[in-house]
Amino acid sequence: MTIAMEVKHRQGDFLLAASFASGDGVTAFFGASGSGKTTLVNILAGLIRPDHARIVVDGRVLTDTAAGVNIPVHRRRIGYVFQEARLFLHLSVERNLRYGRSFAPRGEADAVPMEDVVEMLGIGHLLARRPASLSGGEKQRVAIGRALLANPRLILMDEPLASLDGPRKAEILPYLERLRDESRVPIVYVSHSVAEVARLANEVVVLGEGRVRAAGPADEVLQRLDLLPEGERAEVGALVALTVVAQDPAFGLTQLSSSAGNWVLPRVDAAEGSVVRVRVRARDVMLAVGKPEGISALNVLECTVAALSTGEGPETVVRLDSGSDRLVARITRRSASELQLVPGQRIYAIVKAVTFDESRAR
Amino acid sequence: MEWMTLSPEEWTAVRLSIRVSFWATVVSLPVGILVAHVLARREFIGKTLLNGIVHLPLILPPVVTGYLLLLTFGRRGPVGSFLDQAFGIVFSFRWTGAALAAAVMAFPLMVRAIRLSIETVDRRLEAAASTLGANPLMVFLTITLPLMLPGIIAGAVLAFAKAMGEFGATITFVSNIPGETQTLPSAIYTFTQVPGGEAGALRLTLVSIVIAMAALIASEIFARRVGRRLAA
Repeated sequence: MTIAMEVKHRQGDFLLAASFASGDGVTAFFGASGSGKTTLVNILAGLIRPDHARIVVDGRVLTDTAAGVNIPVHRRRIGYVFQEARLFLHLSVERNLRYGRSFAPRGEADAVPMEDVVEMLGIGHLLARRPASLSGGEKQRVAIGRALLANPRLILMDEPLASLDGPRKAEILPYLERLRDESRVPIVYVSHSVAEVARLANEVVVLGEGRVRAAGPADEVLQRLDLLPEGERAEVGALVALTVVAQDPAFGLTQLSSSAGNWVLPRVDAAEGSVVRVRVRARDVMLAVGKPEGISALNVLECTVAALSTGEGPETVVRLDSGSDRLVARITRRSASELQLVPGQRIYAIVKAVTFDESRAR
Repeated sequence: MEWMTLSPEEWTAVRLSIRVSFWATVVSLPVGILVAHVLARREFIGKTLLNGIVHLPLILPPVVTGYLLLLTFGRRGPVGSFLDQAFGIVFSFRWTGAALAAAVMAFPLMVRAIRLSIETVDRRLEAAASTLGANPLMVFLTITLPLMLPGIIAGAVLAFAKAMGEFGATITFVSNIPGETQTLPSAIYTFTQVPGGEAGALRLTLVSIVIAMAALIASEIFARRVGRRLAA
């Protein structure tokens, strides 16, 4: 499964000129508002007719303006979960869920079992209800189920959490992770939140002012401070895959390991031996040239300085290698100069366990 | 209460009025929905002209509309003679002509009500339906139409009420023949033209009020039920 897109489209003063290719799993379209993310997914879905474009999904040409090809929306088989749930008010939840099935080709309608989707999204008790009586989080879960049950080749999600408050976001995220892990449908996920992208995406396409600023694996892209919008820079960090070693119920902690060493995090609900992805924010990483003793921080990892980058501000971003993992630290330029940091140097990275909150560890 | 009893002739006028208005509403409803949809959603050359033609019966004197109907749909009119020869359909001086006149006069009101309801339908829901595989016709039938139902009901009731009261165009087009084209307003008018007709005119006036109120209340109840369905 691949998505290849080449688009040139003018909308008023805004020029979108983007091209990229991505594969299975979750691809995030990431960028500040006004960067062209939504326009790009709408073109992919066929809701906007682009000036010039060639779009190929899984070997099927959906749009090729040069050849005069433009498959209409309803034949694209691309599911869409919108920012607002857009449930059909005049139909029950169950009939909303079944809506797309009647249009799926014969023999394919039952390819995605209704019970499985209902169970995965935890919406069994809502089936007889009307959409207007659901909470925001419930509506969005039904919308995800509705898109999934039409048996699409690809699912687009345009900031599906943006209209929800914090607790509701936390309610939906685990379902999105299950969707990523349990269904084989690739997902394009539009977001301006580093936290969501880090938690969900395998690949990231960073958009800015209608152009692709960067594209690549999530762990690489999210380490680059310069790519993130102003308000999200505090969130820059590294993604580390950790294996659960043991639970420590007495202190409410979980021991994990990576190639960098042993980690201790607030309790992670996962079975021993399972792999979880954790985002380590650059601003939460402290550096020490000697092995620190008698400190409260539980995570001390031996690293090598890979690179230093200093911008115009008072900060230096230090990239670290630790085993096969990579970490990022944000420190002041003054600290970098006092510690005389140079690439190749051995150093200890210190991360307080309490800096990991629920939304960043799974 | 003796004076309240309707004579057989008066009953005939009441029944005829209901039949004329019913058919005028039912037959023009699909056309009204189509025209309202086109006016609300499409941009095309001649849209202003179409809009003007639809609204013409609202602003022309009813007698003029009736006379135009007579010219076109009368036995010797271009459309009337064609329909007569090809299908044996005759409008002039028949109850069907009264229904046609009522439908034409009520059409602008119907289209206005339906058009307003189409404009309130959230187009984003239609886009959502198309991403789920529904082609434009299915989107219209399964999403747009159910969501504009309150407006369709309002338009139909308005048209029915207008058809019940239609007088000028009807009497000009199909005259005032008892049992064939003499609807309630024509019958009331006839009563007022003869000495001693006041009682009959009053009886039929009361009947008109009752029918109009009944239609209005029925539509209120129905619209409220639909509204509740959409809300909860």
